[in-house]
This record gives sequence, C-alpha cells and structure tokens, in this order.
Amino acid sequence: MHNADLIVIGAGPAGMSAARRAAALGLSVLILDEQPAAGGQIYRNVDRASAARNDILGKDYTHGRTLTEGLHHENITHLMGAVVWQIEDGTRVAFTQNGKGALAVGQRILLATGALERPMPLPGWTLPGVMTAGAAQILLKQSGIACQGAVLVGSGPLLYLIATQMVRAGVPPLALVETQTTGDLTKSMRHLGGALRGWPYLVKGLRMLWDLRRAGIPRYVGAKAIAIEGDQNAQAVTFKIGKSAHRIACDTVLLHHGVVPNTQAARSIDIPHLWDGAQNCFVPEYDAWGRSAVATVFIAGDGAGIGGAKAAALAGEIAALEIAHGLEKLSEPARDDTARNLRKHLAAERAARPFIDAAYPPYAGAIAPPDDTIICRCEEVTAGDIRRFAGLGCLGPNQAKAFGRSGMGPCQGRYCGLSVSQILAASNEISLDDTGYFRIRPPLKPVTLGELAAMDVPDMNEVQN
Amino acid sequence: MASDYAIIGGGIVGLSTAWGLLKRGLRVTVLDGDDGSFRASRGNFGLVWVQSKGMKQPRYAQWSQASAAAWAGFAAELSDATGHNLGLEQNGGYDLHFSEESLEATVSQYEILKEKLGGDYPYEVLGHNALRREEPAIGPKVVGAILHHQDGHANPLNLLRALADDVRRLGGQVLNGKHVTHVDKPDLFRVSCADRTEVQARKIVLSAGLGAMSLGSKLGFKAPIRPQRGQVMITEKLPKLINRPSLIARQTDEGGIQIGATNEEVGLDDHVTQTGLSGLAAEAVAAFPALAKAQLVRSWGALRILSPDGLPIYQESPDMPGAYLVTCHSGITLAAAHARFLPDWLEGTEGAPNLEAFSEDRFTLS
Amino acid sequence: MKTVSPFLEIDPQSDHVLVRFEGQDLSLPLGENLAGALLVAGVMPFRHTPVSGAPRGPFCMMGACFDCLVQIDGMTVQACMLQVTKGLEITMPAARGAADA
Repeated sequence: MHNADLIVIGAGPAGMSAARRAAALGLSVLILDEQPAAGGQIYRNVDRASAARNDILGKDYTHGRTLTEGLHHENITHLMGAVVWQIEDGTRVAFTQNGKGALAVGQRILLATGALERPMPLPGWTLPGVMTAGAAQILLKQSGIACQGAVLVGSGPLLYLIATQMVRAGVPPLALVETQTTGDLTKSMRHLGGALRGWPYLVKGLRMLWDLRRAGIPRYVGAKAIAIEGDQNAQAVTFKIGKSAHRIACDTVLLHHGVVPNTQAARSIDIPHLWDGAQNCFVPEYDAWGRSAVATVFIAGDGAGIGGAKAAALAGEIAALEIAHGLEKLSEPARDDTARNLRKHLAAERAARPFIDAAYPPYAGAIAPPDDTIICRCEEVTAGDIRRFAGLGCLGPNQAKAFGRSGMGPCQGRYCGLSVSQILAASNEISLDDTGYFRIRPPLKPVTLGELAAMDVPDMNEVQN
Repeated sequence: MASDYAIIGGGIVGLSTAWGLLKRGLRVTVLDGDDGSFRASRGNFGLVWVQSKGMKQPRYAQWSQASAAAWAGFAAELSDATGHNLGLEQNGGYDLHFSEESLEATVSQYEILKEKLGGDYPYEVLGHNALRREEPAIGPKVVGAILHHQDGHANPLNLLRALADDVRRLGGQVLNGKHVTHVDKPDLFRVSCADRTEVQARKIVLSAGLGAMSLGSKLGFKAPIRPQRGQVMITEKLPKLINRPSLIARQTDEGGIQIGATNEEVGLDDHVTQTGLSGLAAEAVAAFPALAKAQLVRSWGALRILSPDGLPIYQESPDMPGAYLVTCHSGITLAAAHARFLPDWLEGTEGAPNLEAFSEDRFTLS
Repeated sequence: MKTVSPFLEIDPQSDHVLVRFEGQDLSLPLGENLAGALLVAGVMPFRHTPVSGAPRGPFCMMGACFDCLVQIDGMTVQACMLQVTKGLEITMPAARGAADA
C-alpha cells in the first residue's frame, strides 16, 4: 500500500513537470507509469538513447532530459512498469507491477495519460507490416530500430517529422502518401494570424518539407481510396490522386492522421467528455487548473486535448500549483502569480494548433471507411457491421458493442471507439455528443485473475503496510 | 394506426414477448430506452438455468423447466430467421461446492423440491473424482458438484441482437431512445414519451426492467422491485477449458471465461469495485486453478431486477385492465417462455399458462 | 516467419542472449524491447487472432493496441511492454479451440 499527497498517472511531459513542481512545493508524489523509463512516448527512453539516436531524433527530443532530470527529487517516488487498471473514489489506484497487484492512495490524482494515434481504419490496416507512424518513431527512440522501404500514409506534422528522421537515419521512406488537400490548406489560412504567434512550429514544418524534397522523397498529396494490399503481410499501398490510380509495392506501411487524447482513465471514473469539432475527438471537461468533475482528480497534457509536449508540461505545472494550494502548501497569491506566467507561455504554445488542425484534418476515408473495413481490430467488426447495428436501433456505441462486440477485446476500444461513435453518428444523423462513447470500465489494461485473487484479503491496506 | 400491443422496454423480456405476439399476427410497437439505460439484457450471465430456482415455489421451478425445454426450438427458429447463432448448449450445468456440508444441505433441499415436482428434477451428485473426469480443469478445493441435466447456457448478446433483428423483420415497430413519461387510457391506451412521441395500443406490457420502479405505480401496479448489483467479469479468449457452465464460471461460445457474480444491495450504483473483482477472481481460481494465468479483459456491474421473493411478476393491472406488468431477473432462461407461452396469457386464450403464483397478490400485507 | 526483416538496428548492441520463439532459437539484444527485437530478428506474424485466425504483428508499440500479443510462461502478454531476458520461451498465444480438437 502506497500513500502520497499526489499520485501522477503517466510520466510524460505533463506528469513529469507536475510531479517536479508539486515535489518542490513540499508534496509527496507517487508516479505510476507503464514504461521502464520516464519520458512518455514523446521523450521515450530519452535518458538512455545513444548519441547516434539523438542526432537522428533532434533537439526537440533531447530537450526531454530537462524533465526527466527533474524527477530526481526526494519527494518523488517513480514506479516504473506500473500498469494502472482501476481508479476508485477519486483517490484509490490499483495497478500491477512485476506481476503483482498493488494499491496506492493519494489525496489527489493527476491523469497525465497523453495521446494515442487517431485510429485510421483502411482496408488492410490489420495486416502485419502495417503500423502507426508513432510506432516507427518509438522503435527508433526506444531501440534504435529503423525500418527500410516504408511508405508513410496520412497527414500532419508528425508524418513529416518521422520522414525526416528516417532520412537522417539513412533509411528514407519510399514515399509519403498524404491525405490533406490544397483546399484544407486554404481553409487553414484563416487561422494563420494565430499561427504566426506559433511561428517557430511553422518554420520547423517548412524546414522538414524542404529536407524531404532535398532527399528526393516522393510526396503524393490529396490521396483518396487508400487501401493496403496483402495476404499474410502488407505488400502494397494503393490509392487515387484525382482520377489516376497508384500502387506502391512495400512491406511496411506507417499510418498517421493525427493524435487524440487517451481518455480511458478519465472515462473510467465518469468524468464527462465533450466533442471537440476542431480537433475531431472527445476531450474531458476540466477547469482552468485542470480540475475534473471528480474534485480530487486533475487532468493535464494531451490527455486533456492535443497541444503538444511543451503545452503539456506547462499544463502539468499549472495543475500542480492548484493541487498544492488545495493541500495548503501554497498560498493563493503565490499560486496565481506563478500561474500567470505559465499561462502566457501556454497560450503561445497553443497558438499554432488551430492552423495545424485545419491544414491537416483526419482522412475522410478513414472516418467513414468502406463497409468491409475492419473497425474493431480485436473482435474484427467491420464498418458495415456498425452501420447495420445503427439500422437495428443502436443509437450509441454501448448498444452497438452489445450487438456486435466492437470494443470488447483487450484494447478496450482504444482503437475503435472513435470510429464506432463517428460511424453511428453519421448513420443515425445525430451529433457526436448525443451519440456518446463506450462506457469504459476496469480493468483499464488486462490483469490476470491470479493477481486479482491475491488481492482478495480483508484489508489490503494493512497487509501491505 | 394503433397497435395491438405497446411494449414498454426493448430488452430481452420485452423483445421476446413482442416476438411471440408478432408470431401470432398481432401488431406490436416496442418503446426502447437509450444507450445509457440500465440494461440487464447486456449485463447478464447467459445461463439457461433450472437448478436452485423455485426452492420455495415449485411453480417457478416448473416455469423455468418449461422455458428451458422450449429454448432449443425457440433458438432454432430465431437462428434460421436471422442467421445469428445463439450459442445454446443444454448439456447440463453445475452447482460447485467447496464443502461437503453445503453440498449435502443443497441435495436435501433438491430432494424436497424433486418430490413436489413429481420426480421431474433430473440431477446427480458428482464427487470430486467424478467431477474431475467431466471437468479436468477443476481444482482440488472443489469437493463435488450437483450436475443438473436441464441446465445450460446461451450467448445472451446474440439473443438480444437476433430478437432486435427479427422483431423488425416480423413487422414490429421499434422506437429507440424513448423515455416513457405517462400512460393513460382515454379509449385505447396512450403511451407518452419525453420527446412527445405518442403510441396508441389496445393493450400494453410494462417490461421496462428497473424502469417499472417509477412507471409501475402510474399503471396501478405495486411493482415492488429493487436493483441488486452483480459484478461480472470475462477473460481473454482461451482454448477449451470448461465444459459445462456453473454459477461460478462458464466458457462462452466466443472462448472467454465469464465469471460471476456478486450480490450487492447498493441501489442504482452499477460500478465495479476492486474488492468485488478480487473476490470473484479468488473463487474462480479456487474452482479452476488454471485461470490464475488468464487475463481479465472486461468487467462490469449490472443490476438485477428483483422482486421481494426473487420470483417473476406477471400481473394485469387492477386499475387499468389490459395493462400487464412482466418483470423477472431471469430474462435469458425465461425468454423461450415469454416468446412461446406468455402471449396466450396476455391474450387470454385457451391453453394460457396458469401464472397465478406470480401475481402481485403474494405481496399483500396480511 | 520471415527471414529477411525490413527492420534494422542503427546502433547495434553487443550483449546478446538466446531466446526461443515457436521453438526457433533467436539471439536477441539483452534488455531490448522484446517486440522491437523480434521484428529485427524477422519474426512475423506474432500471433493469429482468436476470431478469424488472421495474422497480426506489432501495430502501436506503446501498449495500447494489443496486437503484439505473445505467450510467455502460460500468460498472454504484450511483447512491446517487455524487455529481452535470457532464455525466454515465447510462443504464439494458443489458438482458441486448440484443446478440443
């Protein structure tokens, strides 16, 4: 049994910076994170990556060390490889570490669970050899593994970033198949005013495009009707540009059309979520300090809406200020004074977001996939199945789940939830907010019955003390 | 156009009743709730079960037996019409025991019931070794089991979908996302919804599960029902491990091991608790030790719909004749009875089952 | 299983240990992410789905998708959430229905 003033779930930028700030203000902090080292996905393995890897990944990656170093503080306990599977009463967290179940109790909990790749259901996307672009980047960060002869498919700055990193690693992608159109770019121009405040990001974007051009990477822009061919493994990507059909033979396909908040933990404790039309995803409700509808639970970082690593770190600190204030470790004026400056930086970090969201919208063909496309990878439920369930009166994803098992597999709907809600909303012609989302239940990640059974003791708290 | 029946509640109970009425050529409108409604139909354990039911009221045991016997034909007809496999297996089921005392006590109760049923209660007692021959995965802590040959299980979600499909195919009108606020009877019955939908019908069936707690009195019923939480969980899909279902665990036709269930009086709270899950896991691992390495993939809390004595209620409203309360906590077991026999009772035809034992009169204070 | 992998190490590590995947000996870098190391070793697919038997391999590499499931010590585990240790006995998760044949 662990006790702490603050339990932080997730050791990415939001979690790390919140932990550091809270610890500095005198709070005892327990960090629970699934990975074997701090950093989250964006700064994954940053403390151990080799010089060669750092050169490929660049300064934005190695910047993460300023955050991981902050965790070396006497008030911070960081449990690595700790998989959280249940949160109760806004204070109790059940998790698994080294094959054993354990409990932690905190006066406050900060959910810093980050983002997931937006599901990109295309025909053939379940074939071996098809991965998310984020997965390719994780392989590079975690293990120094690069993949040769890959085709990148989708849209957004991350696609360019990974492509340039692959070029630097000496394994350039075969091609970029991009789904955004020139029309999207035109529409995004009205956000340019805000984006200019976020000009460093835009400059980086232009530089990446220039690097790709110089490396001679073919870019196909405005791709439609994208499919992946193959039987036992991916063999080719097919698509259309205008009326002309293309086929690129390859055995690795990397998909990406944006990231979305990982809301599983927040949803599991009934925190309300709303549809964010600009970001095309559900985001949890919270106040200016990150406080959720569950008074003891705060949310910060990409899990609260996509803003990127720097915005996440700032939001984490802001939440830590209010948490420290609530636990009487920080006066109100001191809280507000520090927060004012952080908020100014946060606004600047978020300035480019509307432009990026509009310029690189999700691929329409993956939001409304063809009927025979698998939506739920675990239970192999297709888009057509979901549409048929709508015809049988399923107004929302929970009834559809009961009718056809979408979301019932081990991934708990992480890679089908948005698709199911969006397909139902379109079929039933009702809003995303009225359609809703899967009701997420424990376990957030699978846990063995043996571990659970070992926790069947009259007073777990005493036993573990 | 008015329907013959308006059925309030589009779960398994309402839909199986609707299906039976439609098969008789009646016009039926079903009013169903929304995505977030409490739905025992998607939270249950999937047993088609006879043993231990009606220990104090043999009529309930008989009613369950009649339904279990009708299930195969009902499932076949529904499967043929919709193409959905209902996963029905009726090869018997176990009541597993961890002590000789509890096993013997249960057997003596079964003997009393068996006599009241004229001997129609086919069960046998298996000692540990005999049970192990049937269930090689059984653990050493299980001293034995009662194997009841009328027991079985089905895929309750496929049943729900098949009914939702076939009720429509048979011409039933199903209105989803409806919250019934008011029922009156100016001439025909008139059912009013929060979104101003109105449905007119000659008769109405209230099969709204816990919804009857608030609607029942408006229709002149006592409807003395309460929620009781059952936490249930299910593992990853596994190779065949368990042959026959028990109240502790069953292997579904999909491969997952379903484990149940708690009995908790916590009102309308359907959350899952770590202590609840751990207790269920401990019992399941004691029964089948190999489950210790199985990954739990999902868990949920569902609310049973219980009357004071746990038996179903079938009652025509004394204030509004033509309105019927149909509620039970064994919607899967009784689905065949509701589809095959209940329509005769609702229509008052000859050969209607005698359901007096299930009237609300039994709750009258003496 | 493929023999030629499109995945390669940029900064190969010297300390390798022996593990087995589906009975085949593999020499993998100690402490490396298991899914990554298996990819470099040319392992694909990692499993077949219990629903249709379709082949699958790593998809998200961050513990979210559960497509890289393998079986170790009788338990179904995510290869992307584990590190390589000496002597790992790895198999594909048992196919559903395998025992009733």
